[in-house]
Amino acid sequence: MKNQDSLKTVNPVKQFFINYAVPILFIIMIVFAAPMSGLSPVFLINEVMTRLTRNSFLILSLLIPVLAGMGMNFGIVMGAMAGQIGLILITDWQIVGVPGILLAMLISTPIAIVFGYFTGIVLNKARGREMVTGMMLGYFMNGIYQLLVLYGMGKIIPIRDKSILLSRGYGIRNAISLDGIRQSLDNVIKLDIMGIQIPLVTLAVIALNCLFIIWFRKTKLGQDMRTVGQDMEVARMAGIDVEKTRIISIIISTVLAAYGMIIYLQNIGTINTYNSHEQIGFFAVAALLVGGASVSRASILNVFIGVVLFHTVFIVSPRAGKELIGSAQLGEYFRVFITYGVIAFSLALYAWRNRIEAENERKKAMMLRRASLQNEAEEGGNL
Amino acid sequence: MKDKFLLRMENVSKDFYGNTVLKNVNLNVKPGEIVGLVGENGAGKSTLMKIIFGSSEIYETGGYNGKIIFAGEEVNFRSSFDALQAGIGMVHQEFVLIPGYSATENILLNTEPTRPNILAEVFDERVNTLDWPEMKKRAKEAIGLLEVDLDPDMLVKEMPVGHRQFTEIAREINRESTKLLIMDEPTAVLTESEADVVLKVIKKIASMGIAVIFISHRLKEILTVCDYIVVLRDGEIQKELRPAETNEREIAEYMVGKDLGEKSGVNREKREFNETILKIENLWVDMPGEQVNGISLEVKKGEILGIGGLTGQGKLGIANGIMGLYPAEGRVIFKGEELPLNNTREILNRGLAFVSEDRRGIGLLLDQPLNWNIAFTAMQVKGEYLKNYLGGLIKWRDDEAISQLAREYIERLNIKCFSERQYARELSGGNQQKVCLAKAFALNPEVLFVSEPTRGIDIGAKKLVLDTLRLYNREYGTTIIITSSELEELRTISDRIAIINEGKIAGILPPTADRVEFGLLMLGKMETGEGVLNE
Repeated sequence: MKNQDSLKTVNPVKQFFINYAVPILFIIMIVFAAPMSGLSPVFLINEVMTRLTRNSFLILSLLIPVLAGMGMNFGIVMGAMAGQIGLILITDWQIVGVPGILLAMLISTPIAIVFGYFTGIVLNKARGREMVTGMMLGYFMNGIYQLLVLYGMGKIIPIRDKSILLSRGYGIRNAISLDGIRQSLDNVIKLDIMGIQIPLVTLAVIALNCLFIIWFRKTKLGQDMRTVGQDMEVARMAGIDVEKTRIISIIISTVLAAYGMIIYLQNIGTINTYNSHEQIGFFAVAALLVGGASVSRASILNVFIGVVLFHTVFIVSPRAGKELIGSAQLGEYFRVFITYGVIAFSLALYAWRNRIEAENERKKAMMLRRASLQNEAEEGGNL
Repeated sequence: MKDKFLLRMENVSKDFYGNTVLKNVNLNVKPGEIVGLVGENGAGKSTLMKIIFGSSEIYETGGYNGKIIFAGEEVNFRSSFDALQAGIGMVHQEFVLIPGYSATENILLNTEPTRPNILAEVFDERVNTLDWPEMKKRAKEAIGLLEVDLDPDMLVKEMPVGHRQFTEIAREINRESTKLLIMDEPTAVLTESEADVVLKVIKKIASMGIAVIFISHRLKEILTVCDYIVVLRDGEIQKELRPAETNEREIAEYMVGKDLGEKSGVNREKREFNETILKIENLWVDMPGEQVNGISLEVKKGEILGIGGLTGQGKLGIANGIMGLYPAEGRVIFKGEELPLNNTREILNRGLAFVSEDRRGIGLLLDQPLNWNIAFTAMQVKGEYLKNYLGGLIKWRDDEAISQLAREYIERLNIKCFSERQYARELSGGNQQKVCLAKAFALNPEVLFVSEPTRGIDIGAKKLVLDTLRLYNREYGTTIIITSSELEELRTISDRIAIINEGKIAGILPPTADRVEFGLLMLGKMETGEGVLNE
């Protein structure tokens, strides 16, 4: 019977390669480019450790909207803006060190909640198109942010420290140095194991975020978000307030993104007032996708695998490019190319996979239906 | 409780924008009673259920007239959630389950027991963590009550269909407040053995004191399980019957109504057809909600074949499957040659055409003018109404020819419009349907499938559409296969009528057969039709 062949599920090995096509591609790239770059293992591991502490928190902020079925939240850009506003203010008030970081977080929280609430409402109106809407909202809010920072600060919001203002007397400079808090979180306790620097406290903060996410998934609210993410109509019929649940997921994501941005910038040590946040959404989303996540499923493990793979490629590719073609420029070109490429490829792959799966499901269901109807007919005949 | 009835409906009526669908319905249900509800398409079954279950659709369309008293109190639900709170549960025809969740998670959906924690004091109760051991315990209890074999940890998507249905029922039972359970065709998607278990479960539920309103098109089930049977027709309760005092024929009679005899417009013209033009062998179609399960049928050249049956039984799947709009398997032989199934383009090329039931969706290009609509398929499929340049390398629309074609059909079918340049969206339903017909006619098909041609258009327009089809059949000898929910419509136009039940042909009758015969076929009584079948 030819029907029975198609009943068999897809080859599991093939399935694995399809599911993890993106991470596998990155591992292959690293295997080739890392030796070619000529970088020492200690240097490479140190670099990766830095990226890990710098980016993980931000990327973790993407997980909860995925749980709620809203896809990759490109709206974390707004959380990043909230974080930067906090940092600009504490820089002006000259509050340094860990207290400075904590205060920046405290200031950014209500701003991020408002941004998140606003994003949530808009995304509820754009169901099924959350990702592109979130991205556009990010661009739109960038205008508001610029208005606030470029005109509001120094005019409406008093800024005492003239050194961070533009020479015309209002508006924040293009770049501000975060001398007061530079790596102060990383440096609280820093281990050195065989030349590898390990910023223990930052890692602890990231671990805390992971624990929060694990705990959150076990709560009623987490379960409700999963339900909403799986099927909004069923959730609604069971009495779950779908809209509110979705808004909460975006608020949590935006607030976490604000904290993530503060951790990111304290590590770098300077703010590009008008640019730092712009690419954050893309890079975070690309890293998560490289980690093997999809629009509907993302885990903590995906975050860390993603950061390591994505950033290792970025570290080694300029050097490998220089060795290979004699131009480090290629690496930078490569970086942008890969980021957008990964997002486009993952989304296309996801849509394609869904279609195949739906078709397989349909075939299976039809086969079962035929089989059971035929059985019944035979049984009826035997009676 | 003073009231011995759990649910009392007094003179409940409902109209949608002036179109009456329920008239003075009185229905009383005692606790622990099983009430069967039977009715043809559009008899008002689903509207009645929506009213009881508080569907927001009812509230948003202006509510209903009359009184509903539930558990001793007058109620007027604004949403299904209100009804749930009051103690009315519903098992839907399509599963309302989360496929990626286990039975336990589905049974306790949004009623999960939680463990309190401190954060809940600060934020919201929803921050409490789920109490999994308690969840499992409760799920097992609910499953135990049903006395069925269901694994609480199994994911719904991995379950056989019957188990999904048990999960739904267990979820309703788990709500302690449930006093009335509405079951809309709970056995429709099940095999007979699975359905038997569901029937047992229904009796079990009733023995627990929960009232059940049971909707089914399977008369046998209704007769075995119900305490009494309510037959709806045209929005009115025709009769309340006791299973012991009635039989299938009587129920079918009340369902379809008495025959009007000579006065009705039934087609009495006896025509002879010899040549087979279309031979369908073991056709399976996977159209959601309208599945076809192995149909074999011969269509004669030049006849009008009607296809009828209750909604969801698969009558729409036949045309959609043959035309390649939904995945189909089997063999379809057209004029001695096998048709390539699932290849719409090739099937159109061979000389078959289809007027879809989804007029606004796939039937028309709503934002394009009439003339484009009419010529569209002919242009696409046959390459007609095109001007070829550079040996066919560049093809331009031949607007003059297209407009001429459109004007011709506008005149012949009497399409009411300002000009052939008017947009399809601006026409009335009846005229849109005529445009759909014109579009199909423009292909000069040998076999024409027409699905629900009069759905949603007014009575005058209905007659015009049917007359157009009849005229076209007589003039050009085109074989027409017309699918419709309205039996009377099929009887006025068809030479033969096939009734589809559960994806199979229940029987084929001449239009002059008694209405009750049709009714019995629709309700799954296959044998009765046979006498007339071999006329």
